Amino acid sequence: METIGTLIIAKYNYWAVVVLIAIGLYAMIAKKNLVKKIIGMNIFQTAIILFYVSIGAKRGATLPIIEHGHGESTHMVHAADYINPLPHVLMLTAIVVSVATLGVALALAMRIYFHYGTLEEDEIQKKIIGDEPDKIDSSG
Amino acid sequence: MIWQLDLIILLMVVICGIAAISIRDLLGAAIMFGAYSFMMCLLWSIMGAVDVSFTEASVGAGVSTVFFVAAVFRTTRRTRD
Repeated sequence: METIGTLIIAKYNYWAVVVLIAIGLYAMIAKKNLVKKIIGMNIFQTAIILFYVSIGAKRGATLPIIEHGHGESTHMVHAADYINPLPHVLMLTAIVVSVATLGVALALAMRIYFHYGTLEEDEIQKKIIGDEPDKIDSSG
Repeated sequence: MIWQLDLIILLMVVICGIAAISIRDLLGAAIMFGAYSFMMCLLWSIMGAVDVSFTEASVGAGVSTVFFVAAVFRTTRRTRD
């Protein structure tokens, strides 16, 4: 008999995914530093990759490599004996996309630092508001 | 999948993630993020996704940490949160 409690405990991978997504969202929303926000974005992305890899995992299954796959002898392949490789292949693309996103985000953060001299979001906002009357004065 | 090992490494992943966003030093945060990526790579190799695991080990724990350290050295280590 499968009660609610055993169901919750048996899916511990998904609970870890929930916790990691919460950590990533918290870092993206509540942290003021831009590099901390980028770290939170990366934690969020790896949490989603963990979710997809957890979908493909099976208990008692082995790696998706068929023994004697190229031999002449034909034999039955049971799908329950092998881990589902489709989510793995999708997530390879996601990892490459995540490192490209990270590079663009860090380049933008570096440009912001060279322009404003700080990485803190509130200080940047103060400097933007402080710059505004100067621009109006110089243009008008 | 060995579930004892899986649980221990899941716990270490969560601890490394919390440490990476709560350290008040950006270089330390970058190093903790590298540790987080490596723990994630161990987790995936336990779950049987070896291709995802070695891509994460080279790209996540290697290139991402180098990016973070390079960006921190060209800007500043100071952070208020």
